[in-house]
Amino acid sequence: MEVNERMDNQLLANYLASTNSYDEMLDSSGQPRQHWRAMLDSLAADTPDTMRQRFDTVQRQVHENGVTYNVYADAKGTQRAWDLNVLPLILPHAEWREIEAAVIQRATLLNQILGDVYGAQTMLANGLLPPALIHGSAGFLRPAHGIVHKDDVALHFYAIDMARGPDGRWWALADRTQAPSGAGYALENRAIIGRTFPELLRDLKVQPLSGFFSTMRDSLAHWGRLCARNGNVPLRNGEPPLIVLLTTGPYNETYYEQAYLARHLGLPLVEGGDLTVRNGIVWLKALSGLQRVHVIMRRVDDEFCDPLELRTDSALGVPGLTEAARRGNVMVANSLGSSLLESGALLGFLPALCKRLLGEPLKMPSVATWWCGQEAALEQVIEKFDKLVIKPSFSQLRQLAIFGQDLKGDARAAFIAKMRAKPNNYVAQEVVRLSQAPVWQPGASSALSARAIGLRVFACATPNGYVVMPGGLTRVATGPDARVLTMQLGGGSKDTWVQANSVPADAHKPLQRSTTSLDLIRDDTHLSSRMAENLFWFGRHTVRCDNLGRLLRVSLNILFDARSGDKGAEWPTVAALCAWFHLIDVKEPALASAPASAPVPAPAQMQSQMQGQAQDPVQAQRQAQAAEPAPPTVSDAEIEAALLLAVVSPDVPGLARQQQQLYHTASHLRERLSVDNWRALNRMEERGASAGQALSQSEAMTILDDAAASLMTMAGFALDGMTRDLGWRFLSFGRRLERLQFQSIVLQSALEMDADGSLDWLLELSDSIVTYRARYRAQPEWLPVLDLLVLDASNPRSILFQLDGVIESLKKIGRSYGPCGEEQLIPLQQELLALKPETDLYYANPHLIDLLHRINVASEAISEHIGLQFFSYTGDHQHRTKK
Amino acid sequence: MNANPNPDAIPNPGPQSPCARYNVIHETRYAYQSMVTLSQQYLHMTPRSFPYQETESHQIWVDPAEEDGVDGVDYFGNNTRHIAITVPHKTLLVHAEFTVALTPRHNLDKIKGTLPWESLRDAMRQQRSPTTLEAARYLYGSPHISFSRELEDYARLSYTPGRPQLDAALDLTQRIFEDFEFDGKATEISTPLEQVLKGRRGVCQDFAQLMIGCLRSLGLPARYVSGYILTHPPAGQPRMIGADASHAWVSVFCPGLGWVDFDPTNRCLVQCEHITLGWGRDFSDVTPMRGIVLGGGEQDLDVMVTVTPLALDLA
Repeated sequence: MEVNERMDNQLLANYLASTNSYDEMLDSSGQPRQHWRAMLDSLAADTPDTMRQRFDTVQRQVHENGVTYNVYADAKGTQRAWDLNVLPLILPHAEWREIEAAVIQRATLLNQILGDVYGAQTMLANGLLPPALIHGSAGFLRPAHGIVHKDDVALHFYAIDMARGPDGRWWALADRTQAPSGAGYALENRAIIGRTFPELLRDLKVQPLSGFFSTMRDSLAHWGRLCARNGNVPLRNGEPPLIVLLTTGPYNETYYEQAYLARHLGLPLVEGGDLTVRNGIVWLKALSGLQRVHVIMRRVDDEFCDPLELRTDSALGVPGLTEAARRGNVMVANSLGSSLLESGALLGFLPALCKRLLGEPLKMPSVATWWCGQEAALEQVIEKFDKLVIKPSFSQLRQLAIFGQDLKGDARAAFIAKMRAKPNNYVAQEVVRLSQAPVWQPGASSALSARAIGLRVFACATPNGYVVMPGGLTRVATGPDARVLTMQLGGGSKDTWVQANSVPADAHKPLQRSTTSLDLIRDDTHLSSRMAENLFWFGRHTVRCDNLGRLLRVSLNILFDARSGDKGAEWPTVAALCAWFHLIDVKEPALASAPASAPVPAPAQMQSQMQGQAQDPVQAQRQAQAAEPAPPTVSDAEIEAALLLAVVSPDVPGLARQQQQLYHTASHLRERLSVDNWRALNRMEERGASAGQALSQSEAMTILDDAAASLMTMAGFALDGMTRDLGWRFLSFGRRLERLQFQSIVLQSALEMDADGSLDWLLELSDSIVTYRARYRAQPEWLPVLDLLVLDASNPRSILFQLDGVIESLKKIGRSYGPCGEEQLIPLQQELLALKPETDLYYANPHLIDLLHRINVASEAISEHIGLQFFSYTGDHQHRTKK
Repeated sequence: MNANPNPDAIPNPGPQSPCARYNVIHETRYAYQSMVTLSQQYLHMTPRSFPYQETESHQIWVDPAEEDGVDGVDYFGNNTRHIAITVPHKTLLVHAEFTVALTPRHNLDKIKGTLPWESLRDAMRQQRSPTTLEAARYLYGSPHISFSRELEDYARLSYTPGRPQLDAALDLTQRIFEDFEFDGKATEISTPLEQVLKGRRGVCQDFAQLMIGCLRSLGLPARYVSGYILTHPPAGQPRMIGADASHAWVSVFCPGLGWVDFDPTNRCLVQCEHITLGWGRDFSDVTPMRGIVLGGGEQDLDVMVTVTPLALDLA
C-alpha cells in the first residue's frame, strides 16, 4: 500500500499490531483502517522534527494553561500536569452512531431506575432488583427519597467508561452517575490538539464539542425556570435562572476542570460556604446581597452535600440543601443520591431491566460482572479468581480494585475470607483486554507505539431526552500495567475525534479561550463575597511581590557595588526598610538609628496575612525602640546572604514566600483569571522553583528582573484586560491600597535618611527613575524627586495618584453599596493638594512625614473597614451540634 | 417521603383500651459563648403513631422563635421538623412536649411459640414477600452499625440451632444486660461497636446498637428505636422534674407478630413504659436534634426530660 510504503521506514517501525487485542489504527492484516489514512498520510509527510515540535507545543500549552490533575497521595504537592498525547483517537461516523444510540439508551434506563428507587420502588417490589442492592448500598441516600425530579429527570449528566474488546465491540465497564468528571478535560484536549492539527480536523470532518455544552446549559436553565416557580421569589421579567457549579475547592483532584467548565459555561464557581439556605431556598451570598440559586451543578459527592441532613462531618456542603431540593425550590444536578447507580453490582441486572422498562434489549453489553452478594456468584468468582478484577461494590467503601492474579497464597486466602464475610461489598469483573491505539512520544526513534486505551463518553439530559457529546475522553494506560486506566494512579489522555457525515463550515472556529475578554467577571450581581475578597487580596499580593522584589534588587545592588568600595550614606535607611519588611533580621543597627521621634510606619501591616490582621502601628514602634540598644553585630556578608535567601526561599519572609501566597490566592480565582494571566503566574512560579538555594549575584538579579517583568505583565492584565466591573474594582482597590502604603512608608524613611545619602535608590524603588532622568537629566535632588513621588498626579507611583485611585475605587464601590469610608481619606487628599512644592517639599520636613504617616494609618483602617463591610461572612465558624 | 405509608405489617391488634398515658417534656438548652447568627436544626422530636401508640397532642416551640419551621416525614415514616432561627442569639431553647396513649403489646407467652430463627434468616435471603421486603430496610450495615464475626459469635450463644426466634432474642437481651455495665463515661456517640463489645461498658444507645449488630450479623433484621422510658422514683419520694432521659432500644422482626421490642438496657420486653419517638437503622437516622449554627464559639448543652404518667380515664 502506498501509505504504508512511505512511512514504514520510520513511523510504524516499532508499532506492533497486537495479536490478541483490537487495534484502533490497523486492521487484522496490518493495514491502516480507512479512517486513519488521512492522519497517517499527514504524519508520514512530516519530518520527525515537525512531530517533535507538535509534541513540544502540546506540552507547553498544557503547562502554560495550567492544566492539572491533583493527586492526593503525591508527596511533591498536589498538582500534576495533565498528560495529553499528541495523537487523537479517531472514530468513524457509522461506528459512533452505534455508540451514541447505546449511550442514550443506557442513560435513559439508568434515569428510570434512579427515579424508581427514590420514588415508588416498584422494581424492588417486583423483584427486579434485590433489596441488598438498594437497602444494603452505601450509595442509597435515604433523605433523598421523595425528592420530585423535574420532568422525571434525576440523571442530568452521565458518563460511561467503555473499552473495546478483541472482536471490535465496545463494552461498558462502569457508569458515572454522580458528578462525572472529564468532560472539561475533553474540551481542553480539543482546544489544544485542534490547534496542533487544524487542517486534519477539518478534512476529517471532526464534530465540534461546544454545542454539547450549550445544550447542557440550556437544559439546566429550563429546569431552573421550573424551580423558580416555587418558593415565592419569582424571576423578574427576562431574568435568567441562576445556575452555579458547586465545587469542593482547589484541593479536589479535578479542580482545574471544574474551574474550566465554570468559565466555559459562564457559571459562578461556588464553594459550600458561598451558599446559604433560608426558608427552603438556596441563596448565593453575593456582594450585592443574597441571590436566589435555581440549579446547582455539583461536583460534591452525595453524602457531603448537606451537613444538616446527610454527613454531619462534611465541611463542603450547604446546610439545608436536601430540604430545599425536597421542596422543589432548587434542582441539584445530578439529583442527590445518584451515586447509587455507580455500583458495579447493578451491571448484571441491566439487561433484564432494560427489556422490562424500555421493551428492548440492552444495546451495549457490560463487561461480565458478578456481584458477590449472590451466593452462586461468589463461588464462581472464587473459582476463576485469576481471571478477574475484584472491586468494591460501592465507591463509598474507598477501596482499590485488585487483580485476582496478583494475589497469591496467604494474601489470597485472607482476601477471600474478607469477601465471604461481607460478600455484598464485592463485585468481580472479567479483565478486559483493552484495544490499543498509537501514541507518539519523543525518544530515540520517531516512531509510533501502541498503548492500551479506554474511552469515557458523556451524555446530558434535555427535556427531550439525552444528547451525547460527539467526542470523549480517551484514557491511555501508561507503564507496563495495561490493565488499569485511572487518572489518580497516573495515566494519559487523548483527544477523541468523532467524524461527521458533514460538518457546517464554521464548526471549527477555535474554542473561545485565551482572549482577555474571559478575564471579565460576566455577571457582577453574582460576585460572591469570597470571590471579592480573593480578588482584593490578589491585587494586594501582586503589588506586594513587586514591592519586595524591587526592595531586594535595590538593596542587593548597593551591597554588590560596595564590594569594591564603601556603601553610600543611604544604606542604613535601605537596610532599615529591609528589616521592616522582615527581609533581614531586626537586629540590624540601622533600624535603631531611626530617630525615636520619627513617626515610625507600620511594617507589620505589610506582613499581615490574608485576613488583614494588621499589627497596631504603635506596637511596631515599640518594637523598633526596643531594638535600639542592639549592638551592631551583623556583617554585610550576612545581610547579603539573608537577602539572597529572601529571593528564593519560601521558608523565610521575602519574594519567594510572597509569590507562594499570590499563587495560593490565585488558585481560588481560577475561573476568574484568563489563561494568559495564568501563564504569567506559572512562569514566575516556575523560575522561582527552578532556582537553587545558593544564588550568584547575576542569578539573583535575573530572578528579580524576571519577577518584575511578570508582575508588570499581570498589572497589564489588570489594567487592560479586565472590564471595570465590581470584581475588578476590588482587585484594583487592593493594588492601589498596597502601593499607597508601601510608598508612604518608603517616603517617610527616605525623608529621615542621612542628609548625604544619594536618592537613586528611592527612584529605583519607586520605579520612577526613567521618568526622572527623562525630565531632569541630572543627579536626583530632593525637590524634583519629592514632586515626582508625592504630588505628581501623572506618575502612577506618586502618593497623590494612588490616593486619588483609592478614593475613586471606594466611591465606585460605594455607588452600589453606600459609603465605604472614603470620607476618612478625603481630608488627607486635600492636605496633600494644599502642599506647595517650594515651601513643603524639602528633606526631613516633619509636617510631610506626619502626613505620610497618617495616610498609611488611614489606609490600613480602610482596609479593615472594607473587610468588615464586605468579606466578613461568618461561614468560617460553622459548628455542628448533635444531641 | 415514605414509600409505604404503613409498612409495618403488624397484624392489627384491634381496638384495645390504653394501658398507659404519658406526658413527655423534652427541653434542650444551648448556651453559646458568642452570638449565633443563623441556626438550622433538624429534629426527630415528634412522636409517631402506630398500632401500640397514639399521639394525642404534640408541640414544639423554640426560643428565640424560628423564622422557618416545616414538618415532614422521613424515609422510615418518622415525624421530622426543620427549623431555622435567624434572630441573633446566645441561648437557644427547644421545648418539645407531647401526650401519648399506649396500648398493650405481645406478652411473653406469645414469644415461646415462634418459629426457629433460621427460618427468618432464610426468608430474608429469598425475599419473596412484601413483609420481608420492608424488613430488609433494617437488615444491612448502617453508619453506626457494621457486622462482624465477633458480633456473630457473641450472638450465636443465644441463637443456638433451631431456637425459637423471639426466645433467642430475649436471651440475647438478658445476656447483654448481664455482661455489660452501664457507664455514661465509657463511650461516645462515635464509639465503634467492636470497642463496646471489648470494653463491656456503655449506655442504652450502645447496648441497642450492639444487639442490632448481633442480629444483623446473623442475617436478621433489627431496628433502632428512639424514645423515653418511665423511671420510678425511690419509694416514698416524689417524681422529680427533668430527671429522666432519652432512651433507646431494639425492635426485632418476627413474621406473624410484626416488630417486637426488646430493651437490653433494662432486660425486658417492651410493654407499657416505653414511649416511642421513631425508629431507623441506628442512632444517626433518628437523632432527636442535630443542627448547624453560624458563630457561637464554645457551647454548653443542658437537656431535661420529664416523663409524667397521666390518668387513663381522661383519654
